[in-house]
Parts: sequence; C-alpha cells; structure tokens
Amino acid sequence: MRPILLSGHERALTQVKYTRDGDIIFSVSKDHIVCAWYSANGERLGTYHGHQGALWTVDIDPTTTLLASGGADNTIRLWDVKTGKLLKTWDFGSSIKRVEFSPDGTQLLGVTEKRVGHVSSIVVYDIKQDVEAEQSSEHALRIVVDESKATVAGFSYGAKYIIAGHEDGSVSQFDAKTGELLDTFQAHEPDFSVTDLQWSPDRTYFITASKDKTAKLISASDLALLKTYVTDTPLNSAALTPVKDFVILGGGQAAMDVTTTSARQGKFEARIFHKIFEEEIGRVRGHFGPLNYVAVSPDGKSYCSGGEDGYVRVHHFDRPYFDFLFEVERERANI
Amino acid sequence: MAPSYDNLQDEELIDEDDIDFTDLREQYEVRLEEGLDTFVVVDGLPKVPADSRVKLTKFLLRKLNAVGTATEEGTFMPLDDSNTTLGFAFVEFSSPKEAVAAIKAFNGTPLDKKHTIAINKLTDIDRYGREGRVEEEYVPPTIEDFQEREHLRWWLSDPDARDQFVMFRGDNVGVFWNEKDDPPEVIVDRPNWTEMFVQWSPLGTYLTSIHQQGVQIWAGKSWTRQRRFAHPFVNLIDFSPNENYLVTWSHRPIAVDENNPGPMSMEEDGKNYIIWDVETGKPLRSFVTLDIPGPPDENGEPTKKKLQWPAFKWSADDKYVARMTFGQSISVYETPRMNMLDKASIKIEGVQDFEWAPATAKRESIKTYEQLLCYWTPELGSNPAKVGLMTLPSKEIVRTRNLFNVSDAKLHWQSQGQYLCVKVDRHSKSKKSLATNLEIFRIQEKGVPVEVVDSLKDTVINFAWEPKGDRFVLITAGEIPQSAAVPPKTSVVFFCPEKAKGNAVGNFKHIRTIEKKNSNAIYWSPRGRFVVIATVHSQQSFELDFWDMDFEGEKDEKDKDLTANLQLMNTAEHYGITDAEWDPTGRFVATSASIWKHTAENGYHLYDFKGTALREEPLERFKQFAWRPRPPTLLTKEEQKHIRRNLREYSKIFDPQDLLRKNKASRAIIEQRRRLLDEWLAWREQVEEELHDEVAAGLPDIAEVVDDGKNEVIEEIVEEIIDETEEIIA
Repeated sequence: MRPILLSGHERALTQVKYTRDGDIIFSVSKDHIVCAWYSANGERLGTYHGHQGALWTVDIDPTTTLLASGGADNTIRLWDVKTGKLLKTWDFGSSIKRVEFSPDGTQLLGVTEKRVGHVSSIVVYDIKQDVEAEQSSEHALRIVVDESKATVAGFSYGAKYIIAGHEDGSVSQFDAKTGELLDTFQAHEPDFSVTDLQWSPDRTYFITASKDKTAKLISASDLALLKTYVTDTPLNSAALTPVKDFVILGGGQAAMDVTTTSARQGKFEARIFHKIFEEEIGRVRGHFGPLNYVAVSPDGKSYCSGGEDGYVRVHHFDRPYFDFLFEVERERANI
Repeated sequence: MAPSYDNLQDEELIDEDDIDFTDLREQYEVRLEEGLDTFVVVDGLPKVPADSRVKLTKFLLRKLNAVGTATEEGTFMPLDDSNTTLGFAFVEFSSPKEAVAAIKAFNGTPLDKKHTIAINKLTDIDRYGREGRVEEEYVPPTIEDFQEREHLRWWLSDPDARDQFVMFRGDNVGVFWNEKDDPPEVIVDRPNWTEMFVQWSPLGTYLTSIHQQGVQIWAGKSWTRQRRFAHPFVNLIDFSPNENYLVTWSHRPIAVDENNPGPMSMEEDGKNYIIWDVETGKPLRSFVTLDIPGPPDENGEPTKKKLQWPAFKWSADDKYVARMTFGQSISVYETPRMNMLDKASIKIEGVQDFEWAPATAKRESIKTYEQLLCYWTPELGSNPAKVGLMTLPSKEIVRTRNLFNVSDAKLHWQSQGQYLCVKVDRHSKSKKSLATNLEIFRIQEKGVPVEVVDSLKDTVINFAWEPKGDRFVLITAGEIPQSAAVPPKTSVVFFCPEKAKGNAVGNFKHIRTIEKKNSNAIYWSPRGRFVVIATVHSQQSFELDFWDMDFEGEKDEKDKDLTANLQLMNTAEHYGITDAEWDPTGRFVATSASIWKHTAENGYHLYDFKGTALREEPLERFKQFAWRPRPPTLLTKEEQKHIRRNLREYSKIFDPQDLLRKNKASRAIIEQRRRLLDEWLAWREQVEEELHDEVAAGLPDIAEVVDDGKNEVIEEIVEEIIDETEEIIA
C-alpha cells in the first residue's frame, strides 16, 4: 500500500473529502486555500482562492458541480467545481467549523462557532444545483445550540435528521425540517469534545471520534450505541469503509500536549479496526504530526488522511486488504 | 552578594545562651495554679508510724531530688486512724518537667531491699485510677475461640502452577494470574489500596501497602489485612529474608505524643527506624538514622551522603540484623530480643560497607553454626585497603585481603554464599584513569582462596552472579567522550569457570565480550542459565538481549574447556523500559515502563524465557509491576532431579492440556465473533427494511455508489492552447 503524498498545502490540513465518484480529492488547510487533486495519481488539478482565513471544512455536492467551504474568515463560500468561480458568500459573526451537503445536494448546512456575542448554531440553506442560479441569502433553518456548542454536524438518510456532535462529548438529533431537538446521547466522556462525525454509505448510522481516545458507531434513527473502538491516543477523525466492514481512525497527541514529540510517542498513525468485532487489524504510519482528518473513497478502494504536518497521504488498498476476512466472515460468505 | 538570611555570618548572631534572662523570667513567669502536672504519687513506701514520717520523707526526697527539686513542705504522707502512714505519698516538684523526669527515672525502682516504689502522675492516677475506672473484681481475660485462618500460601496450590503478579496503575492495585499470551485473570482489584507503592514480602506471603499512617500487610485468598504497623510518614520498608521481621523507615523522626502515645511508647520518640515482629505486629526496637558523611560541599560545609538502603541488613536465617556506623563500627543485634551481640558493636576502623552472606555458610571443615559477613575498609594512612570476612557469633575474622590504589569497592555475594566477588575500582598512580579488578573469594574451599580477574581495562558499572551457579556477567563502560551528551558505549562481558577434574570448580575464564552496546542492566533468571541484558532508563536505546549460557547446539572449538556455551537467543525492544523482572520460576520476563520515571508509553510487556514476546499491555498511569515471590521448593534434591529427568513425560501430559485450553479460548472468541456478526447482520436487515419503508412513504432516496464492476472510467483529456508563437530558428 504505497501512499501518494500530496504536498501542496503550506500549513496543517483540516479536512479532506472525496467526490461521490471517488476520482477527485478536495483538501482544505489553514493556508486559506482549497485544493483539488486526482485521487488516482495525486496530480493537482486546481485551487480555489478567496478565503481570508484558515479553512476548517469543505464539502462537495453529490453531482460534483458545487463545492462549499468554510473557515475562520467567518464565511461559507460556494464555488463552481469546474471553473473555480466563487458563486456565493454567506457572512457570519463567527468562524465556520463544518459544512455538509444533504444527501441529495439540495441543502447545505453549516456549523458556526460560539464566540462572545454569537451563539453556536447550525444553519441550513436551500441550494439550487445550478452554477448559473442565484443562491438564496436567507437560511431555510437555523438551530441555536445553547447547551454545549456544536463541533460537527451532518444530514442523516433522506435528510430526515440533522445529527450534531458537541464539545461536551454528547451527540444530538434534530428534526431536519423543523429544527426541533429530538434526542441527545452522551456518546463520549464529558469534557472530551466530539471531533468528527462521518456517515455510513446509506446514512443510517455514523461514526464519531473524540478526544477521549474512542470512536463510536451510533444509529441515526434512535442514537443507539452500536460499537466502540478504543485506542490509546486522542482521536481527530473516524471514517467508515464501504465494501469492507472496517473503520479507519486518525489522531495523535497534539504537539502542545507533549514535551518532546517524536513520531513514536505522538502515535501519528491511522488505525484500522474491524467495524463489527471492534478489533484492531492494522496501523498505517507515515505522518509526522497528528492526523486531522481521514476520508475513505465512496468506492472503498482508497483512503486519504490529512495531517497537521501539511501533507495529504492517499493510500490505495491492496489485494490483501480486500481478501482479509475473519474466519466467521468467510464461513458466512460461503453459505 | 547582597546579605540575605542564608549567608549571614554565624558570628553576627548573638548566642542566646549568653544572655542572663533570669530577672525577666522571674518577673513574667506564669504560675499555673490549676496545674497538677507538678504532682506525683509515690506508691510502695514502707508504712511507718507518724513520728518516723519526717525521716522517711527525707530519705525519699534524697532519692527524688537527683532529678528535680521537691521540698519537705511539698511532700504529704497521709496517715490512717492508727497514726501510721498508708504507704504512699504526694510529692510536688517545682516543674512538670521534673515530675516527668522523676517518673522516668524512679518508677519501678527499688527504694531499699524490701520496697520497690511506683511513681505516677497525680493526673494519671486521677484519670485511670478513679472509682469505676478499674473493676473491683478480677475478671480473667476471655480467650477467644480458635479461629481457622486462611492458608497464607494458597496461591501455590494452583493446579496449573501459574504465577501471580501485582500491578499498580492509576489509583488501583490489582493482583492477577499470569495467563501467558492471554490477558491476565484478575484475582483482586482495589482502588486506593496503597498510597505510595506496593511490595511483596520475600517469600511472597504478604502484600504490603504503604500509607501515610504506616504499613499494612495483606494475605490469604480473601486478601484480608493481616497486620498493621503504625509508623507515621513511612517512606521505605524492608522484610527480613524469612519474613519474620519488618524494618520501616521514615525521614521524619517519630513524634510520640506523651499523653496519647497510641501504639508507640516514649521509646520510639525521635526515632526513624522501627523493627517490627511481623507475627505479633509489635515494635521490637527503634533507631535513629545515622547519616553517612559525604565529601564537603563547595563552602566546606559537611554534607550527607544519600541514605543507604537497606541500612539494617539481615543474616540469611533472620537471626541477626546489623547496621554500620560509617567509618567506625558494625552493630549486630540478635533477634528476637534485639540486644546487641555481646553488648558492644564491632569496631572496624574506616568501614565503608558490609554484606551478609545470603545463605547460611557451609565452610570446609567448619561444623559449628556460623553466619558470615564481609566488609571493606579504605586505605588509612600507610595501611592498605582491606576486605575482611567475619564469622558470627564468634566475631572471628577468618580471611582478610589487602588491596592497593582503591577508589571504591562493591561486595557481591553469590546467591548460595559460595563465592564473594569484590569489585574493586582501582585508580592508576596518577589517579587519572580507573580500572576494575575482581577479587573472587571461594568461600567453600579450604582456606578461602582468592582468585583475581584483572584483565578488564574499563570500569565495571554492573556485575551479577548467576543465581545458584558459578558464572557471572558484567558490563563495562569506557571513558565518557567529552562534549558528548550521550552516555558512553558499554561492553557486556561473560565469565565462567574452566572445566576441572572431579567436583572442583576451575578458574574463572572470560567467555566473550559484546562490544558497542548501550546495555546497563543484568537480569538473571532466578533458576540460572538464562540472562537478560537490557538498556533501561534511556530514551535512545531500549533493547533486551536474551542469552542462554548452556546452549544445547554446537559448541565453538575455542570454548571447549569452558563450562558454558553462550548463545544469543533473541533480541526484543521495549520503548521506555524502566524495569525488568523474572517470574520466580524463571519462565517469564516482565518489562515495564513506569510513570514514576516518565510518561511515554507506560505499561508492561511479557516475554517467555527465550525472548518471545507474549503480550504487551499499554496502561494509563501505570506505576508498578511485581511478580509474587515463591518460597523455596519443598521437594528434595532427588525429587527435583527425578522431575528434570522425566520432563519429556510431563510434556506429554501438559502439551495437550495447553492445546485444549488454546482451542477452548479460540473457540470462545469465534463464538463471540459469530454472535456479533449475526447481531450486526440482523440489525442491518431491520434498518434496511425500515429505510425501504420510509422511502416508499416519500423520503428522498440516495443511491449508494458501489462498484459493481460496471462503472466505467472515462478519461477526458482537455487541451487548452493558451498561447502560440512561432519562431524561426536560424
């Protein structure tokens, strides 16, 4: 599994995303720039300039026509993927921690940071999937999060719920139409922030990562805890792999938390666990800073990680990865 | 330098003792009228007629005034109806201090041949002797029914002969069965079981926990508390080899409250050490710390060397315990009375260190009971440095050896007391370079011959005998390279005796030197033969080498006269290793990285004797790992030999058992996985059904992108011509 090193960013990566077809990877970093790369060979295909601050988040709509990005310049921006043209800018009073399109691409949500004078909120816009169309400046829905601030959020299957992860380790479920809070669940240790939330392909369940060194698999409809993956390092990201029943976790000791951070002590490795058996299967080394985000291609053939070290590493899975089965799985497959 | 409190000249301070305060004191002294502390009651006096009362009073006061001032006016002897004294007197001293001194000095001492007096404080008589406080009639103490105690060695009867270990991590102390490569089985796990650390007693019977109030020992299957040893602010403990006695030490002198002594008596006041009887839980005797003078600091002030631990060293059979007064003498105490042997310490001028033989000595042609101890003294004036071997209880010196140019010496006994190796660091005449000699005393041979190994060029930083054997390993370090932050490279050197005729042990010969290592620690298997050479407490290197001294393969031609066949079996690495310990049977080695030393990757690793990694367990806030020791085997030599000879037979029984267990365990895991897979698939089926229903009811659907092999990759090459220029080249 020889990785492709994508070096183009000048500062730490914050999020990486595949398109629905898995052919292009979009990455955002604290250097204010969005980059697009071919996943197959790591060639850079373009950049999106315009943001005035560190970028925290990026998402692509399912048809790969629109690109949304958000960051510390308190804006969400919408871009034409093909031309790199800025289509729309939404301004806020605080930075944007997360953007995500709804499964059908007709809605976009953004998570705003809590700051003096500004509450943490989740805003939803209706999106016209047309690069020529004028996008609405008014939000379709705004959920004020007055308990512990939201750190991550996303749409469930059919955009039925919005699920948010919070700073206090809890996960909450909102009605995506009305914004009504339906349920909350203390998924992680209190005082340990939820750092990531990623979906299964059909968006019926999701995985959360937390600084409490665990990742959890949770059902979207009833917030039932399905699985727990325990590691020995604070986690920044967790992704589910299609095709294989695995999860990939990334994290590592933040440099500020250790006195002498050698790559060894920092535990800057991607860890692969079996999704159903909760057992660690393998680790992938390479980064020399914490992994800030891991993303898996929707076709399940590769994954990439964005690190604090400023690199994106793309790994195409080998044959043994696909062949690996636990005995009981093989037994089941042969029935 | 600006004057500060710390560097004030002593001369400038006025000695308070030189000023006469008596006039002021008299003027301002507060007299406590209600203070009855100056009164004592003297019991046990003869009963005399009233007219002899003055004579008796005078006689008594003559005695009492040795420690205080009591006057005739302050003495009252009540009379009964027949005008004779009642045999007791009230005496007032001029201060409570004197009263206490009088009690200390004269309570229970004879007044004359017939009378023994008892002196008590008036307040005490009032407190303890008042009506109702003492039962009028004698009630015999109830003897409690015999209660069956738990077997304290229960863990030895494990059918699989597994070993136990204790682990201290976070705030929890847990004891576990070692399960080799499987997770250990919890026996007991208690939060806050200890405040500082835990320690096994030498034979494994007790687990010791250390608290601010003192020490507690725990044993038996239910891990109940067996004894408590109340020594406030205890820092260190040490058991005698046979677990009969316990030494506790605190850097703070014990302060016993005179009025509320608790379990201590005034004896313990101001002391640092207490020696306890483990069986009764009672203190036997207490001592103060004797500081070892170190070299003077840059201001010429005397310094104290680091505490030597243990300061009280036990003979192999618990019969004697000895302590050295640095540079002067060794005091040997006899248990259980803790009286000094022959009422005097043994004067040894300049004594630097001493060690008891770790096993009761068996010297050639000596039939009587003896314990051996060795000591060394440095060069004193024109006298050479000396190593001495003394036998006790006779205090005879049975062997001495003179040594020259000695900078330092270390005494290393072999575990059965057969050999004593004195590691002598010798400086050259110019005192510039150091080299190490080994002086090996053959204790069991006639006349205790000494063999010298002087082939070592470097200083030896570590030395260890093979337990129950006659081979040894040492580590030498070269000169420290200047301007380098890294410690010098080390060499590991192996020695063994030459082959000799009959039962004799040949001369010690060098086997091999492994150079350019970083190793600094030697861990012999408790059964001998195998040894682990490790690098501990180092950030840069952390390897473990597992050596076999009796490799069963081919032997090198040049080694044919040696009683060893050295072979490196395996090398392992444990990042951040701070400690390594063999289990008492010599089957496993546990290495640990404790948070007491650093915070990186705390936890432990487990290896088998040949260096195969069995399991590793990273643990948050991991502190301590300790195998439970085992008492010596009860099998006779013949029985042990029989077992060793028939090992193959035993393997036939144990191998299938191990296999069965493995299969059973893996079957359980497979069962568990099967269950998890079934549950997951059932849940997915249900969720998919629900999703299908909801989509049917109008929820927008999203198609999964799954590569079904039909996806095609279309590669479009778009060529944009940005600019075109034509140039004609000549």
